[in-house]
Amino acid sequence: MKSYLLRRLWQAVLVLFGVSVVVFLILHLTGDPAALLLPPDATAEDIARFRTAMGFDDPVAVQYLRFLKGALRGDFGESLRHGEPAMTLVLERLPATFQLAGAGLLLALCLAIPAGILSAVKRNSPVDYVSTVVALTGQAMPTFWLGIMLILVFSVRLNWLPSSGRGGLEHLILPAVTLGLFTTARITRLTRSGMLEVMGQDYIRTARAKGVSEQPVVWKHALKNASIPIITIVGIELGTLLGGSVITETIFAWPGVGRLSVQAIFNRDYPVVQAAVFLLASTFVFLNFIVDVAYTWLDPRIRFR
Amino acid sequence: MAPPNGVSTVVLPMPSAPEERQWVTTLKRLARRRTALFGLAVVAVVILSAVGAPLVTVFDPIEQDINQRLKEPGWRNAAGQAHVLGTDHLGRDILARIIYGSRVALVVGLSAVLISGVLGMAIGLVSGYFGGAVDDFFMRLADIQLAFPFILLAIAVIGVLGPSLRNIIVVIGVSSWVVYARVVRGEVLSIREREFVQAAIALGSRDGRVVLRHVLPNAFTPWLVVATLDMARVIVIESALSFLGLGVQPPTPTWGGMLADGRVYLSTAWWLATFPGLAILVTVLGINLLGDGLRDTLDPRLKV
Repeated sequence: MKSYLLRRLWQAVLVLFGVSVVVFLILHLTGDPAALLLPPDATAEDIARFRTAMGFDDPVAVQYLRFLKGALRGDFGESLRHGEPAMTLVLERLPATFQLAGAGLLLALCLAIPAGILSAVKRNSPVDYVSTVVALTGQAMPTFWLGIMLILVFSVRLNWLPSSGRGGLEHLILPAVTLGLFTTARITRLTRSGMLEVMGQDYIRTARAKGVSEQPVVWKHALKNASIPIITIVGIELGTLLGGSVITETIFAWPGVGRLSVQAIFNRDYPVVQAAVFLLASTFVFLNFIVDVAYTWLDPRIRFR
Repeated sequence: MAPPNGVSTVVLPMPSAPEERQWVTTLKRLARRRTALFGLAVVAVVILSAVGAPLVTVFDPIEQDINQRLKEPGWRNAAGQAHVLGTDHLGRDILARIIYGSRVALVVGLSAVLISGVLGMAIGLVSGYFGGAVDDFFMRLADIQLAFPFILLAIAVIGVLGPSLRNIIVVIGVSSWVVYARVVRGEVLSIREREFVQAAIALGSRDGRVVLRHVLPNAFTPWLVVATLDMARVIVIESALSFLGLGVQPPTPTWGGMLADGRVYLSTAWWLATFPGLAILVTVLGINLLGDGLRDTLDPRLKV
């Protein structure tokens, strides 16, 4: 088990290294980072002077190593717009993004797992049909449209909930529903198919034959084994949630990393863009490592691989 | 009656009609699933109306008419022509813009899926067939790709390169190969061990021939299912980019761009933002149902 975890840790480090290369390359896509970082009306001399000052004339490998050295210390340079270290700006916004993504995930798990189980246990009943139709629609609904429709109904028409900003619980509801619906739909369908598969297995029939009543069969025997694919998907969905926060935060003016990075892209504030992309990607890698550790604990078969 | 040596011979009944082509069989089986049929119908309607847009609507999607701005759904102009879904803030017919907007969605969807599909197929074949260090390399590359929130990477790269149809297609295409590669690789791992592949290798076929002639055709079915479902994802991403202003630029109508326009008029003219979103929803739902149906008829074991 120890060697498995060590191997997994080494993989995570490799992935983070790759992430840093990609984040570095964002600035070098056009071949001239100096022109990208300066305002469009900068003169050729300005650009040349800036290029030398920033070391953009050095070989790319040298520039990358300099970037990596900074990145490891959390130094991505100063925001061109706010004059503060880019990392500080991103870190300030991180709790808001975590709150939103966490609320979205919590909502998804609380709705999806019971819905999926109910769907599987009462297969082909009206409950199953309703839950399947809702899940299929939820998977097809674009986040930004859902957000706008929720604002139209609950903020503009009914005036029940605020349409923007961060504050109390009432501010969290619409963005969390918007962000969480796709994940809810996906986990519902996965729970349903996972439960159906497990419920058809021999040990479930054995348990029933022994006279175990229906409740423990479903909640103890079946759910335990059906939960393994659910945990896998939670790891993947964390990426969906962090990515989805970019759109959701923009719609609801939620002051998180996603909104910050969209604004930074439009302001050509690339140090902030790099810091934000790097931090969100690292978060995803870290959380998935945790998920994998949780795995070895839940599923002993992995421990001995 | 059994032959004397005890080995019974089974005479297979010859098919009375000439053997059906595989895709005809697939279509027939697909047609038996109502949801898949619905999906197929939606996809057919979207494609046909995109191709024949000028035949479906009399209105121009770009020409502005300030006298007709923000008219409600069902409004008739002086000539008696009905704006079924109303008009936008520049007096353009919403339905016409949705129909013409489907062209961008479909072009981006098909091209990006083709790029990522071919790329992913190639990587999956190489990774699965050769294994070892090559496999390790590509699978780590896949992990790196998946570590990025897709939409954030896309807007960062398009923000740097500038929004254009070509850039959008290339960025989405190049960064969506992982799911294809993983599925194809998984198939290849099991196909590689089958007798006919081992026989081809034993007979001295070169690797390239084995992969292209024996392995690839057998990995095609799961690839097709993934491509169908991925098309839906790409259409949503294209509209998200357009929504943020990083898609195909106005005045070309895009579903995401229409939504962004409509957001401004949310309190006064609800139809601006509502209908383009419904178009995305229905299209994506249709493609997903078709993809689910294809998976269930062609390869029920596949988990995508």
